[in-house]
Amino acid sequence: MTITPDSPSVLTALDRPNSYIGRSVPRPNLRRLTEGRGSYVSDTVLPRMLHVVFVRSPHAHARIRAIDTLAASKAPGVVAAFVGADLTEVMSPWVGVLTHLKGLKSAPQYPLAMERACWQGEAVCAIVARTRALAEDAAALVDVDYEELPAVADAETALDPQTPVIHPELGDNLTFERRVNAGDPDQGMRDAAEIVEATFVFGRHTGVCNEARAIVADWNAAEQRLTVYQGTQAPHMMQNLFAKHLGIAEQQVRVITKDVGGSFGVKVHAYADEMATVAIAKLLRRPVKFVADRLESFLTDIHARDHRVHGKIGVKKDGTITVFEIDDLTGIGPYSVYPRTSGIEANQVVNLTGSWYRCPNYRALARVVFQNKNVMCQYRAVGHPIATAVTEGLVDLAAARIGMDPVEIRRRNLIPDDGYPATAPSGIKFEKLSQEAALQKIVTMMRYDDLRAEQERLRKQGVYRGIGMTTFVEVTNPSPTFYGIGGARISAQDGVTMRLDGAGTVFCHTGVSEQGQGTEAVIAQVAASAFGVPISSVRVIMGDTDNTPYGGGTWASRAAGIAGEAAWQAGKALRANVLALAATILQAQPQSLDLRDGIVVDAASSRERMGLDEIARIAHFRPDTLPPGFQPELVATRHYVPRAWPFAFTNGVQASYLEVDVDTGFVKLLRHWCVEDCGTIINPLLVDEQVRGGIVQGIGAALYEHCVYDERGQLLNGNMADYLVPMASEMPDMDIGHVVTPTADSELGAKGAGEAGTAGAPGAVMNAINDALRPLGAKTLTEMPFTPGLILRAIGRI
Amino acid sequence: MSIESCPIVLTVNGETVIENVEPRTTLVDFLRDSLGLTGTRTGCEHGVCGTCTVRVDGTIVRGCLMLAVQCDGARVETIEGVSDTGEIADLQENFRLRNALQCGFCTPGILLTAQELLSRGGMPDREAIRLHLSGNYCRCTGYQAIIDAVETTARQRTGTNS
Amino acid sequence: MKPAAFAYARARSVEHAISLLGEHQGDARLLAGGQSLIATLNMRLSSPSLLVDINRLPDLGAISVTAGIVEFGALVRHVQAEQSETVARYAPLIARAMPHIAHPAIRNRGTIGGSIAFADPAAELPACIVALGGELEIAGPHGRRSVSAEAFFKGMFETELGPHDLLTAIRVPAADAKTRAGFAELARRHGDYALTGLAACARATAGGLSDVHLAYFGVGTMPVRARNAEAALDAGDIENAVRAIATDLDPAGDLHASAELKSHLAGVLLRRVFRQLSEQPT
Repeated sequence: MTITPDSPSVLTALDRPNSYIGRSVPRPNLRRLTEGRGSYVSDTVLPRMLHVVFVRSPHAHARIRAIDTLAASKAPGVVAAFVGADLTEVMSPWVGVLTHLKGLKSAPQYPLAMERACWQGEAVCAIVARTRALAEDAAALVDVDYEELPAVADAETALDPQTPVIHPELGDNLTFERRVNAGDPDQGMRDAAEIVEATFVFGRHTGVCNEARAIVADWNAAEQRLTVYQGTQAPHMMQNLFAKHLGIAEQQVRVITKDVGGSFGVKVHAYADEMATVAIAKLLRRPVKFVADRLESFLTDIHARDHRVHGKIGVKKDGTITVFEIDDLTGIGPYSVYPRTSGIEANQVVNLTGSWYRCPNYRALARVVFQNKNVMCQYRAVGHPIATAVTEGLVDLAAARIGMDPVEIRRRNLIPDDGYPATAPSGIKFEKLSQEAALQKIVTMMRYDDLRAEQERLRKQGVYRGIGMTTFVEVTNPSPTFYGIGGARISAQDGVTMRLDGAGTVFCHTGVSEQGQGTEAVIAQVAASAFGVPISSVRVIMGDTDNTPYGGGTWASRAAGIAGEAAWQAGKALRANVLALAATILQAQPQSLDLRDGIVVDAASSRERMGLDEIARIAHFRPDTLPPGFQPELVATRHYVPRAWPFAFTNGVQASYLEVDVDTGFVKLLRHWCVEDCGTIINPLLVDEQVRGGIVQGIGAALYEHCVYDERGQLLNGNMADYLVPMASEMPDMDIGHVVTPTADSELGAKGAGEAGTAGAPGAVMNAINDALRPLGAKTLTEMPFTPGLILRAIGRI
Repeated sequence: MSIESCPIVLTVNGETVIENVEPRTTLVDFLRDSLGLTGTRTGCEHGVCGTCTVRVDGTIVRGCLMLAVQCDGARVETIEGVSDTGEIADLQENFRLRNALQCGFCTPGILLTAQELLSRGGMPDREAIRLHLSGNYCRCTGYQAIIDAVETTARQRTGTNS
Repeated sequence: MKPAAFAYARARSVEHAISLLGEHQGDARLLAGGQSLIATLNMRLSSPSLLVDINRLPDLGAISVTAGIVEFGALVRHVQAEQSETVARYAPLIARAMPHIAHPAIRNRGTIGGSIAFADPAAELPACIVALGGELEIAGPHGRRSVSAEAFFKGMFETELGPHDLLTAIRVPAADAKTRAGFAELARRHGDYALTGLAACARATAGGLSDVHLAYFGVGTMPVRARNAEAALDAGDIENAVRAIATDLDPAGDLHASAELKSHLAGVLLRRVFRQLSEQPT
């Protein structure tokens, strides 16, 4: 086993005795998961539960003339059938806009399509039956009379005057547009010795969570309460949305999220079919379950990327970058997804491109258009892989043009490590990054010079290997400026409540949730360290809006940095409470005591004074022995929200080493490296595996994954045999290293680590392929995924 | 010959089970819905992802590509069974120590698949481990930690030094 | 994603299976390994009224060698062939192909006969059988008959099997010291259906190869013999053989590879397989 934690040496207030911070503590929930004792929504069964199945539009765009559900209603086991209008009785429509994305527009979306279906796969009718199989039998009997309408499939022509407007009331197919003109781009062009341009194409892809979207909604009419078991990343956000659109109070809704079989941003949105499931449960007054099957997932889970970016870079002979310019176009389907909107990815591309270089001159245009394909929205590393591949692709092209080594051109242009705080031309602000240190570290880790020599040697033998590199930044720990400012009720803060029970055990309740990242472990580590108990004495409770502090959930790499800090503060507060109590019992000064490993000790000498179990016993069962007027406080809650910076940006660098078979166009990944800086590392093992998993998701984008649509808006490969996800055989081993630059915005200093891998990998693979093929005079490859056909065409073999 | 439920008798994790099943019920749905053995899960229901892997008569199969009615007389083992017998306790522990799972949804299928390779004995190299697991989809880990954990288990079982 | 309802019957004998098929007038399907069929049922791409389960038929599960012929019972599982020393020795082409077919759990269950009867144009085994000049034994309402592999495959998922027929055995000539086998395929991920694949066999001669048989898969509606290329290789001319591919094959593009790419890869595979055929020890 190769656990090679690259542990940070930075320890401040965190350097408590017996601290778990910085240690590769195994996650407390893993034994349960390895023994098949997980509890996922798809496993959930409730008394009187029914199953709903959706009839989905086979057309990308069609008027619904009529829906005949008579035969389906009479089929065995069927309890009810619903069409769009039936659900408007209990559920209001929604519009996916945010006020801070100026001009962003979208149309009302309903749980079931009303008069029109706007993408292939949109639900038009719901059948509810005793079992999923019976519901599917009946769904096959539903007769929908469609009038097929012209489909807007191509984003490039979506704004042409002759193209039909999908939502006529909006005037055109433009969802959102943003322009940036920073510094003096024209002067930047004039200053350049060389201007290099390229068009980068990012294929549509999707999350393919192993557990598909799943929800069980239970309306208890007697309690007038809705309980929803949902595989979501944001339980409180969903609580708000269910209440709002059912027209009931938030406290009438409880969202329970247990184990979630993968999320990656897929499960942080309001999906029409899930909203319909909730509406149906209310109408039927009993539990209703919906689990998307795999074919439905491909048609309805959010897709992402699908950007076409024209990019330009200006560079001087000495390698100085003088200007970046991008023109980004993306088609996001027929609706902006609720409530986070589908403008964010393009907005991130504009924010991030070129931002970690010193060049002040930047011009950007992003246009987001409607089309009749499945909706697109935020998916792991939103916008990052695009901005990174465009930036780093351009930098590599510029380096090649002026004959400079790719590492050298980056060294000359990165914002220096002592150049922070810094503001990028797009306006985003960096507290402190470590790009130079990260670059130096990866060069050492990968033995860059040796690899170059090996590459050269092998080329002479007709073996084409490439080295590709990307530096990048990563948005983590979002502040309220991400969503809250735009009017979305998505909590930016999170809280942790720690309570001491009668046995001296601590329960730790938090609004963030776990989908495998290790949130439970991280919160337990921080809480145990701050409070001063063994981690085995901490039990973390999450994923239940009735029983956790109101919070944002787990997305945008926010759980460790935000809820982690709340846990740190809550732990300290509860420790103070306990020491005050101990001091009373021991007749000592509270500040002379400490709680270490579950035992109250003299802080100076570490002499053991009293076990926490004994203190808990007295507090709970014999408070009569305490002095009059002293009230032990056994619960402490603390909240945290990032305020000093809109985001805690992290940074990193990746490198890919691969071999292209120039006969077949196949790419063999030989090795991959990543050095990243997520600030304080709470658990090196978890961080490294986040990065590795993210890298492979990025490799999927670079080489395999693509939602292929035809010109009529039909998805051609919506199954797991034809949509290629990365599998074990083709993936490389990855070496992960760290630089540690804690954020000063929290005591813990932790930033996020979930996006880094996915942000940097596609560009690294792209650059490596182009590096491999450069001696063959290949046309530069900039269209992902890089299939054998594209590669062979680039080198003129086909 | 019947479209109605058929009686089947089989052993599941060592217990004799007598049930009636509709012919169309797949093995994985039978295990989950009729027996409550939810450790086995469906990921794609068309045989690609490996999430539903279980053992029938000692060899691994896709639970979504076999019908429950075909298992009449068979010996079926699931993650719950091999956990209770302790057969793969070492492998499970290595997955835990190496964080070779994140969301855990694919893990039971991966453990059973890996155990088939390990139970052949010998010390498979990393490529052989990757090949054997080539039909099991994991979105979270990037696979390396899984390969590490299986490799470690193989080394421990064969007494091979690293 | 649940199958539409169907009836299920377990065949007691080959004759019983055939009569069950007959009773259902073409609306019944045989269930062997089920590794393709059940996936299509789950997706409701087909909905037969009856499945006739032949998994427990006696005598169809053995591999044997007699009189220079290797015989596979139709119910031999892939894993059996993969691990069989007999196959390694007497049917080395099939042994070489086996690890490329899907994944361990699928090979544990999938049958040789099922794969051939299903006749997926991108599958490995049909091409192997064609390259080997194999023979298929079919049992039907009017008794048993044998068909050459090339006559057996008729088109995309179409074979000589009638609606009431059952494939019972697959026979290929046993390899001897002069036999050469070559196999290569290009799949995006291990175990996927190949973009293009090639199964080949030949006889080693003093100066080179003779009786070269080349059967491509993934390039047409069924396994495709590349006869001009074979002739060129018989003459020892690999360059000519690669050129001849253009006349031998006329692939249609699909989701994963254009026609152009498939044709190109067919040439690449030919060189690789030729090397395998040439390099094996005599």
